Amino acid sequence: MIKVKGLTCGYGDKTILKDVSFTGNSGDIICILGPNGSGKSTLIKTILGLLKPFEGQVLIDNEDIKNWNWRKRANKISYIPQSFSSTFQYKVKDIVLMGRNSYLRLISSPSKKDEQIAEEAMEKLKILHLKDKIYSQLSGGERQLVKIAQALAQQSEIIIMDEPTNNLDFSNQIVMLGYLKEWIREGVTVIMATHCPEHAFLYGTKALLVKDEKVVEIDNPKENLKEKKLRELYNVDLKIIEIDLKDKASKICIPVF
Amino acid sequence: MKNIVNIRRFLWGLLIFVFLLSFAIGRYPIDMETLIKVLLSKVFTIDKTWSDTVETIVFRVRLPRILAAMLVGGSLSLSGAVYQGMFKNPLVSPDILGVSAGAAFGAALAIFLSFNTVGIQISAFLFGILGVALVYLISIKVKEDPLISLVIIGILVGSIFTSLTSIIKYIADTEDKLPTITFWLMGSLSGILPKDVKRVFVPILVGIVPLYLLRWKLNVLSLDEDEAKTLGLDTGRTRIIVIICSTLMTAASVSISGVIGWIGLVIPHLGRILVGPDYRILVPITILLGSTYLLIIDNIARAFTTVEIPLGILTSLIGAPFFIFLLLNKGRSWNR
Repeated sequence: MIKVKGLTCGYGDKTILKDVSFTGNSGDIICILGPNGSGKSTLIKTILGLLKPFEGQVLIDNEDIKNWNWRKRANKISYIPQSFSSTFQYKVKDIVLMGRNSYLRLISSPSKKDEQIAEEAMEKLKILHLKDKIYSQLSGGERQLVKIAQALAQQSEIIIMDEPTNNLDFSNQIVMLGYLKEWIREGVTVIMATHCPEHAFLYGTKALLVKDEKVVEIDNPKENLKEKKLRELYNVDLKIIEIDLKDKASKICIPVF
Repeated sequence: MKNIVNIRRFLWGLLIFVFLLSFAIGRYPIDMETLIKVLLSKVFTIDKTWSDTVETIVFRVRLPRILAAMLVGGSLSLSGAVYQGMFKNPLVSPDILGVSAGAAFGAALAIFLSFNTVGIQISAFLFGILGVALVYLISIKVKEDPLISLVIIGILVGSIFTSLTSIIKYIADTEDKLPTITFWLMGSLSGILPKDVKRVFVPILVGIVPLYLLRWKLNVLSLDEDEAKTLGLDTGRTRIIVIICSTLMTAASVSISGVIGWIGLVIPHLGRILVGPDYRILVPITILLGSTYLLIIDNIARAFTTVEIPLGILTSLIGAPFFIFLLLNKGRSWNR
């Protein structure tokens, strides 16, 4: 369980978000929505410890993680950033294997078991055929899948993603979001920043609306995330349309022309 | 994988071949049979069929020089390889943090003050470490990206030391001291004594062993800073270890060899072309390649001309075209 309490964060001495609080339980998919530059990435980086919070706490299993070292953090939280590459020509399997880093002491190398876990992660994401390919030469979408496999190999309870579907084609987006549902069944908490309100309708158990230094938490966005809120959030005219496909109902968000 | 095993075997074979060959090269000819007997006589009892001169040349003159070439070549190459990963930049060389500039100043100062050889070596070693320590201590005060501040301050501190070295050269006695300083700055292994090798052996080993042990983590360190941290690597601490080890090796090397460029840049690149970027394999391969390479270069330096060519000149004269050749034929071993 992850709990954010009264977090105030920003870059340098510039405050970007004030007094953010929310809780993520196992099985939650928390979608962070907000316009460009509103502070979605800042919030994510502060939770990860990449930025120091100005005030407030991040708690995991009711323990303040302020003084946790990187290894301990990585055992609990994995991170898939917005963009990534590598300067050197590592193979896909090497990159996925690096997901095991937090389980290895400074002077140890991955064992056969670590290699097996990495292999299983690649298999799960159906990228095993890429394992001997050079990571940095793959397409953006393939690299994204490799990073997700790396996060899986990390076997953490919390996965934080910054716009995970950005580089993915339509089918891979659906595949990737399908995995989210699988992971939360296994008890993982997912926190993801997204530009697509439908993600919150389709998958979100919670939504965080980020704007003007404030974060508003909305439980069960499928029911509770209303047109008015989204219009205010993005400052555009839009309509939410309910669609009913026999057993499945959902909502889509379209602009008003 | 099988390919890598073969490459490793080949490189070991090459090193042993060049190692033995190096004893035979020089103005005093020694044939292979005598050489192998002389070498083995240290381990087994063999009837002495050779003169004392041969023994002195093998053990007092050529062996230290061969070992020095291997130690220096291996150290500079490994240093370059780990720095390139740490800075995520394939064009970085071991002197990026001012170790050579500091050592050069230390040596020039010691020569100016008429220190003996040991004094020159110790002064070079200490000033090399001082240079890097200054760079590191200033860089942690800068509230910027730690890697960029390291590089910039490395360049700044390096140029201060280079200016100081120039001042010493400018005021040094042109008959006697200036040529010595100039020769030292161009790098050479001539006149290496067994005790010089013994002296640098410990700092070099203290540098190599930790880097070898944490070599898998160097892969993670070569990723983006945020990625490495969220994968659970304490990048700050790992960086300090890498800098300390690398500085010890390089400062010790430079203290006996003078400034030898290009090895630390070219050899890791060649290593990556041969076995890929995984430091688990790249670290031993780079050490092997670097040792063999400098040994070959040093043989060229002492065999081909009556007046020895300084090593620094040879390594750049051979290293730079070799790098161009690699770029044209094998392409890059990096992406950006």
